[in-house]
Amino acid sequence: MSHNTLLVFELTILVLAIFLGFEVISKVPTLLHTPLMSGTNAIHGIVVVGAMVVLGAPHKDTFDWIVGFLAVVLGSANVVGGFVVTDRMLEMFKKREPAAERPVRDSGQVEEALGSREIPPTSDSTT
Amino acid sequence: MSTNLANLLYLIPIVSFILALRFLSNPAHARRGNQIGAVGMLVAVVVTWIRIGTTSWWAIAVGMLIGGAFGAVAARRVKMTAMPQMVALFNGVGGGAAALIALAEVHRILPESGAPKVDISLAIVLSALIGAISFSGSMVAFAKLQELIGGRPITYPGQQFVNAAILVIAAASGVALVSGVQDEWLLWALVGSALLFGVLFVLPIGGADMPVVISLLNAFTGLAVAASGFELENNVLIVAGMLVGASGTLLTMMMGRAMNRSIANVLFGAFGQVSEAAVAAASSDGGSVRSASAEDVAVMLAYAHKVVFVPGYGLAVAQAQHDVRQLADLLEAKGVEVTYAIHPVAGRMPGHMNVLLAEANVPYPQLKEMDEANPEFSRTDVAVIVGANDVVNPDARNNQAVRSTACRS
Repeated sequence: MSHNTLLVFELTILVLAIFLGFEVISKVPTLLHTPLMSGTNAIHGIVVVGAMVVLGAPHKDTFDWIVGFLAVVLGSANVVGGFVVTDRMLEMFKKREPAAERPVRDSGQVEEALGSREIPPTSDSTT
Repeated sequence: MSTNLANLLYLIPIVSFILALRFLSNPAHARRGNQIGAVGMLVAVVVTWIRIGTTSWWAIAVGMLIGGAFGAVAARRVKMTAMPQMVALFNGVGGGAAALIALAEVHRILPESGAPKVDISLAIVLSALIGAISFSGSMVAFAKLQELIGGRPITYPGQQFVNAAILVIAAASGVALVSGVQDEWLLWALVGSALLFGVLFVLPIGGADMPVVISLLNAFTGLAVAASGFELENNVLIVAGMLVGASGTLLTMMMGRAMNRSIANVLFGAFGQVSEAAVAAASSDGGSVRSASAEDVAVMLAYAHKVVFVPGYGLAVAQAQHDVRQLADLLEAKGVEVTYAIHPVAGRMPGHMNVLLAEANVPYPQLKEMDEANPEFSRTDVAVIVGANDVVNPDARNNQAVRSTACRS
C-alpha cells in the first residue's frame, strides 16, 4: 500500500474512533466516571506497543536504545497500574452488601442457596 | 509475522477495548469489561512481540518487568482516597512514553534523505508536544494531590503571558520541524518547552478543580498515543488512543457543564477566581441559619421518611464514609428511605465520591447522580450535607439542610 493510501485509511479509522468514543462514553453513568477515567487510562497504555516497536527496531546508538527502554518501562507501568487500579475500583461496586449487623444470618442464607444448587432438581421440588 | 496478519490480529485488542468501555455502562458487569480490556492488551503485546522477533527481546522483557512491577505494586497499595493521584501518575507515564517514542523516532530517522514526509513529522511533533505536556502536567497534579506541593492555586503577575510565550516557543519548533528543518535539537526545544508548559499550566489550579484537569490530561495522553500511532503506522495505537482522546474530551466537557464553566474557561485558566465568585454568589442567597445539636439531628433523622446524604470531599478527608454508611444502616433499619445525592465533581476526580462510598459498602442503586437527585429534594425530609459546603445545590435550600459535622450521633 502506498504511503498516501495508508494515510487516508488511517485518517478514516481515526475519525470513526472519535465518533465511537463519544457514542460509547455517553452511555456511561456518572456513577462510574472514576472507573471510566481509570479504564481509559489503562487503554492508552497501548502506547507500550509503540514503545516495544521502537525498542525492537534496529537502533542507531545507545541513546536510541535508552529512550526506547524508558518508553517501555513507562508504558508497561501505565498498562499494569491502570488495569489493576480499575479492577480494584470496580470490585467495590456491589448491589447490596450483607449489612454489618447481620453477617451470620446472611452468610447462612448464601450457604443454603449454594447448597441447594448442588441438590438434584428432583429433590429441589420437594422443598 | 507479516504486517497484514499483525493488523488483523490487532482487531482483537481494538474490539476488546470498545467492549471494555461498553460494559462500563452498567456497574453489574463493568468489572468483566475491564478484564476483557486487559486480555485485549495482552493480545496486543504478544502480537507485537512476535512481530518484532528476536531483536532486543530481553531488553523489552526487562523493561516490562520493571514497569509492570512498579505499576502493580503502586496500584495494589494505593488507598481509595489517593486514587486520583495514582490515576494522574499512570496517565503521566503514558504521556511520557508517547513523548519518548517521538524522541527515539526522530533520532533514528534524522537526517533523512530527501524530503521528510509531512504527516509523519506532524505526528511526531504532536505526540512529543501533547505527550510532554501530559507528562509534566500529570506529575504536578500528582504532587499537588499527594500534597508534596501546596494544593492552593499558585498565581503570579503575567502568568498567562509567560504560559503563552512558552507555548509559542514549542509551536515554533514544531512548525519548523514539520516544514522540513532537519535538526534534532528543535525537538528537544519542543519537548523542553512543552514540559515547562505542562508544569506552569497545572500549577495555578486549585485542588478542587483537579477532576477537570485530570480528565483533560487523560484526553491529552490519548491524543498523544493516537499521534504515535500515525508516526509508527500502527492501527491499534490510533484507535485506542483516539477512543481515549474522545472520551476524555467528552468527560471534560461534562465536568465543565456540571461546574457551570465553559471549556474555554477551564482551558485558559482563571480557575480559582471563578469558583470563589460562585461561592460568594451562593452564600449571598439569603435564608436563615439555625444551628442544631447532634440530638436535634438525631430526632429529625429518626422521624424522617426520606433522607438524602449530600457528601463532599470533606467526608473523605475526615474518613467518615463508614460512619455515614452505619448511620444510613441504622436509619434503614427504622424504615427510612436513604439515598445519596452525588455531585459529578465531588471528590478529586470525576465520580470519585461514588468509588469512596462503594468502598464503604454503600450499595450503588442508592447513589444518585445530580439530575436524578435534584427533583427528589422536594420530597425529602432531611438532607444531610457532609463536608460539601461548596457543592451544595441551591435546590437543597428549601429543605431542612443540616450541616452535620456530628454524623457519628
